[in-house]
Amino acid sequence: MLAALIIVFREVFEAGLIVGIVMAVTAGVSGRALWISAGVGAGVLGACVVALFTGGLSQMFGGTGQEIFNAGILGFAVVMLTWHNVWMSRHGRELAEELRAAGEAVVAGSKSLLALAIVVAVAVLREGSEVVLFLYGVAAAQGGGSWAMVAGGLAGLVLGSLVCLLTYFGLLSIPSRYLFGVTSALIAFLAAGMAAQAIAFLEQANIVTALDQTVWNTSWILKDSSFLGRALHTLIGYVDQPTAMQVVVYALTLAVIATLMKLFATPQARRPRAA
Amino acid sequence: MSNRSGALNRRHVLALLLLVLAAPPFARGAPAEDAVSLSLTIRDGKFEPAELHAPPGRALEIHVTNLNAVPSEFESGDLHFEKIVPVGKEAVVRVRPQQPGRYNFFDDFHRETQGVLVVP
Repeated sequence: MLAALIIVFREVFEAGLIVGIVMAVTAGVSGRALWISAGVGAGVLGACVVALFTGGLSQMFGGTGQEIFNAGILGFAVVMLTWHNVWMSRHGRELAEELRAAGEAVVAGSKSLLALAIVVAVAVLREGSEVVLFLYGVAAAQGGGSWAMVAGGLAGLVLGSLVCLLTYFGLLSIPSRYLFGVTSALIAFLAAGMAAQAIAFLEQANIVTALDQTVWNTSWILKDSSFLGRALHTLIGYVDQPTAMQVVVYALTLAVIATLMKLFATPQARRPRAA
Repeated sequence: MSNRSGALNRRHVLALLLLVLAAPPFARGAPAEDAVSLSLTIRDGKFEPAELHAPPGRALEIHVTNLNAVPSEFESGDLHFEKIVPVGKEAVVRVRPQQPGRYNFFDDFHRETQGVLVVP
């Protein structure tokens, strides 16, 4: 039972971090509980569907279906996160003003909720499909003992939700004048990490082969397979032995997000032109 | 700067950025010598063989077939791969060239299933 708990928790806590960040980013935005719940629900449903079709998916594209699928949905999440940051750089001020005036942001916030709900769905789907497959395997393999394992798995889920809440309340304790900057940075690093992770899947599938030299090896300091390593992997994309391509794509993603945010930022108040 | 020329500039920059971002994954590396192919199976909580051998400095292609009745996840922290292996199917993962050493891999769904890649 403990084994099941640990296995499920390890998968779920990464999604928990992401959902906690999204919850903090959308604090005060009207309707966000519904959107985030819908994202989680869609992710769970998607996870079941993916688990169901895992056999067929894994054989697609010459055996690289899994990697292409993972890279694809990660890429989609990167685009959504980028869109959110760009949208916030343009409408963040409106949002903050609405929050200050009315205690909640009704109009300004709702547009970016769909993008963030999609990010939540992707995170839950990716980790969830492995949990579903694992629990199915447990249920299929053993007879009477399987209920203890399923209970362990559920306990792992509960612990993962705790991680989500800890992240959420932890972030909310940041003074609100810094919160926007902090969450923008968090989202940017989340996106960059996901982009590099997508590249890693494509490398595993032998689709991306350029720049495959290992740039550094910090596994003696922190292995990315340890708990702290995985938390950092999710939050900032830490990898103990990245390839050059992963580093390039990571840096490029950050640069693109920063550039787009500047480009689409709220226009400065213009002086009225002479008639 | 008037609004219209501002919007035009933004679209140009956006297009350029998308091109730049899309380019790297499609660049192919210099054609490498063929990867070394290794094979193993998962059966009854064990890898067969549980110890793989590979030469240093050569990319690897590891083929794993799941002969269990339940799904497995073929994973390695040291070698940086994770892939679900459905029942009865074969999965292939590409591993970048390695220095001499011992590298662990395992079935993430059944942690007692452990193996090692030895690079002399």
